[in-house]
Amino acid sequence: MRRLILIALPYLWLLALFLVPFLIVIKISLSDVALARPPYMPQLDLSAGLAGIKAFFSELDFENFFFLTTDELYWRAYLSSLKIALVSTLFTLAIGFPIAYGMASAPREWRPTLMMLVILPFWTSFLIRVYSWMGILSNTGLLNNFLMWTGIINEPLQIMNTEIAVYIGIVYTYLPFMILPVYSTLEKLDDSLLEAAEDLGCTRTSAFWRVTVPLSKPGIIAGCFLVFIPALGEFVIPSLLGGSQTLMIGKVLWEEFFNNRDWPVASAVAVVLLAILIIPIILFQRNEQKQREAEQ
Amino acid sequence: MPQTVFAPWEDPGEKPLIQFRNVTKKFGDFTAIANIDLDIYGQEFFALLGPSGCGKTTLMRMLAGFEKPTSGQILLGGEDIVDTPPNKRPVNMMFQSYALFPHLSVWDNIAFGLRREGADKATIETRVADMIRLTRLDKFARRKPHQLSGGQRQRVALARSLAKAPKLLLLDEPLGALDRKLREETQFELMDIQEKTGTTFVIVTHDQEEAMTVASRVAVMDEGQLVQVATPDRIYETPNSVYVADFIGDVNIIEGAASQTGDKVLVSWAEGASPLVATTQALLQKDQKCFLAIRPEKITISAEEPEVANKVQGEILDIGYLGNISTYHVKLPTGHVIKASATNTRRIGRRAFTWEDKVWLSWTDTAAIVLER
Amino acid sequence: MRRMSGFNLVSLTFGLAFLYLPMVILVFYSFNASKLVTVWAGFSTKWYGELFRNEAFLDAALVTLKVAVISSTLATVLGTMAAFVLIRLGRFLGRTVFSGMIYAPLVMPDVITGLSLLLLFIGLGVDRGVFTIVLAHTTFCMCYVSVVVSSRLSSFDTSLEEAALDLGCTPWQAFRLVTLPIIAPAVISGWLLAFTLSLDDLVISSFAAGPSSTTLPMKIFSAVRLGVSPEINALSTIMIGIVAFGVVIFSIMSKRATVRQQQEERDAFHG
Repeated sequence: MRRLILIALPYLWLLALFLVPFLIVIKISLSDVALARPPYMPQLDLSAGLAGIKAFFSELDFENFFFLTTDELYWRAYLSSLKIALVSTLFTLAIGFPIAYGMASAPREWRPTLMMLVILPFWTSFLIRVYSWMGILSNTGLLNNFLMWTGIINEPLQIMNTEIAVYIGIVYTYLPFMILPVYSTLEKLDDSLLEAAEDLGCTRTSAFWRVTVPLSKPGIIAGCFLVFIPALGEFVIPSLLGGSQTLMIGKVLWEEFFNNRDWPVASAVAVVLLAILIIPIILFQRNEQKQREAEQ
Repeated sequence: MPQTVFAPWEDPGEKPLIQFRNVTKKFGDFTAIANIDLDIYGQEFFALLGPSGCGKTTLMRMLAGFEKPTSGQILLGGEDIVDTPPNKRPVNMMFQSYALFPHLSVWDNIAFGLRREGADKATIETRVADMIRLTRLDKFARRKPHQLSGGQRQRVALARSLAKAPKLLLLDEPLGALDRKLREETQFELMDIQEKTGTTFVIVTHDQEEAMTVASRVAVMDEGQLVQVATPDRIYETPNSVYVADFIGDVNIIEGAASQTGDKVLVSWAEGASPLVATTQALLQKDQKCFLAIRPEKITISAEEPEVANKVQGEILDIGYLGNISTYHVKLPTGHVIKASATNTRRIGRRAFTWEDKVWLSWTDTAAIVLER
Repeated sequence: MRRMSGFNLVSLTFGLAFLYLPMVILVFYSFNASKLVTVWAGFSTKWYGELFRNEAFLDAALVTLKVAVISSTLATVLGTMAAFVLIRLGRFLGRTVFSGMIYAPLVMPDVITGLSLLLLFIGLGVDRGVFTIVLAHTTFCMCYVSVVVSSRLSSFDTSLEEAALDLGCTPWQAFRLVTLPIIAPAVISGWLLAFTLSLDDLVISSFAAGPSSTTLPMKIFSAVRLGVSPEINALSTIMIGIVAFGVVIFSIMSKRATVRQQQEERDAFHG
């Protein structure tokens, strides 16, 4: 009896507040707008029995999804989200790996402190971390002021409200997600492996490429997914740093919903976004699974 | 006052404390325990011995109540306890990992079970004090488990499981985590405590020496079945199978064909070699396949040909020097390698035999045991 | 051989500078007297004064705190239960769906979670406000709590629970007297994680909140959309300060605890 309550309580909670809402999204994405307010057509009429269910399904259609393909805005937004997520993941790796490597080679007694320093920003507000770049990147911001003062440039650079600002924002906020998994694989790396590689004729550099990098692959892959997956659906960064020109799907969804009040299309946008996300999520799960098995 | 030997299993009038009746336990397709019948008597120190995966731990966990048999009955003092949950059984267990509660002090760990019983404060205090004295933990009562050495933790685990004065105490590899020397000391301590408290102990172990040292009776298990249940000396001297003979101590096994006259058996074992003689109670058919089990210490090694029932000649292949004894591996012309051990009564320099010496191995007709399986 | 080479030192220094400099600048400029955020016009704390007179911010902060305390506590209870179900109860009907529902919200984009919850609330005709924000936050926070707690539970020696049962505990007593005290650190960090996630959340709150209720991140977001403001700098400084203070205190305490434990373990062999 206790066992039943123990299972039922979290189970029903998630069912009601995660799975059911999600099914509603799918349902609405297949519905038609009726006066921009609910109820949407069709409505499930259970009192009509089986005929009602049949009628319900026959009226659902993929109109909204066709609409997504006809309007350039949407597929450009998907493509540009993919591009932005991919490029910023690569940047995050390029910046994160040397930091993780530096941490792993630091004296043992520094490592907990370094670890804490990397985690600490994660505990501070995401919104504030993104916001902190607004004062740096704007046309009259610190970076431009500094560059003009040194005489490198005469005109302020337009960084704010471009994709570059979005890259900077994503790299900055998601950097700890890259550093931590890479660091944890590098830290476990046995020093004697590198000594063995050098003993067998590798130079320092080739030992790095032939031993360190392959062995830290699970951490690199995990880090890349941990950055790529949330970056793809990112909303705050493009809307604060990206300006009106930057197209990202999270922002489009938000605007479709709050500004245009077109819920069926917003739902269709969400369903397609999730369909795109499923592939990296499955790959990520598989990577984690493999790592767990390797550790046993 | 005449000392009576403790052997309740010999007395048909004695009621066993624990009875397993046709107990089978399956995990999915895997049969962990296959139709076992077993009686354990009050105040016994009973050992379940076998390699890992033989079902000994499952048998013990069924006594504790953590596993339910798939079929069959388990009786404790005549009552079926299969459906009694672990917290309602007058049985306590000492876990292999000790399972000491890390957030409680030694004192609170020992008092844990008494508190659950709802014993009053004074009772708890005297009882815990008794247990602490019994296990010599006086100095450590206020410590947390992580502040103790391995041997001290083992004693806390023992004290905790004894505190409720259970009818039956189960010990799951209780000395497995200790180093060899401490383990030997603790074995005697366990026997001492078992005798003082008069509790029935059932111990699970894979260490045959440990089982032989502590137990009043040993059950040797293999693949979910009891192979032999007997006192340690009987297990050693009269094993009922090659499996038991081989599992307990060192042994030479020689396979051959039997021909019996009375209680004497002639075993022809190799082409051109004269048959070996042994005595047995069993009746073997003519040319029945059988095995001779001979313990190395029952074999005499000599340079001259001796006048005994069984003798073979061979060449010394290897000598294992163990200090008090030496084990000789002797290769016979038939290809068999026989182990014989001799006590090193002399200093090493004056040892009689060395590598490649030709020697005679001999044993009496009662030294070898005839086994049918 | 890995040694602390010059390159490593440089990449570490630059990396940490990159992580911290923007926030240091933010803190620095919160004390700027000028309204223009990028021009230094002398030290002043007047923006902090302005901030504390701004009732809209104070109200939003209060709502946020209330939501965070309630939803992280609920999430900790539900998440711990969920972890227990996943790790300890073995197989049951629908276990795969259950573990899927625990892990999916962790990778679900906030916009989708928010959208789906809003559509549910509208469908049910629930009045949106603090109540719906709490429901939404509890849902995604409990998944994080359950991941934290289940990783602790899976490394937990089950024989401790069996020992408790063996010594006469009912299953519930075994949980309360043995399991819970031992996994308490994981439960507490789960709560802290849930609390900060709830404090921080903008997107899901925006969907789940009604017109009458506004959380602090929502307030900050609508303010900074218009550009950098010194009041927000002051607010950010306070928030960064609280987190830094909390983390430093927490790490000092845990460091002390480890030192004490090591000391005691050393003493054990001389006692």
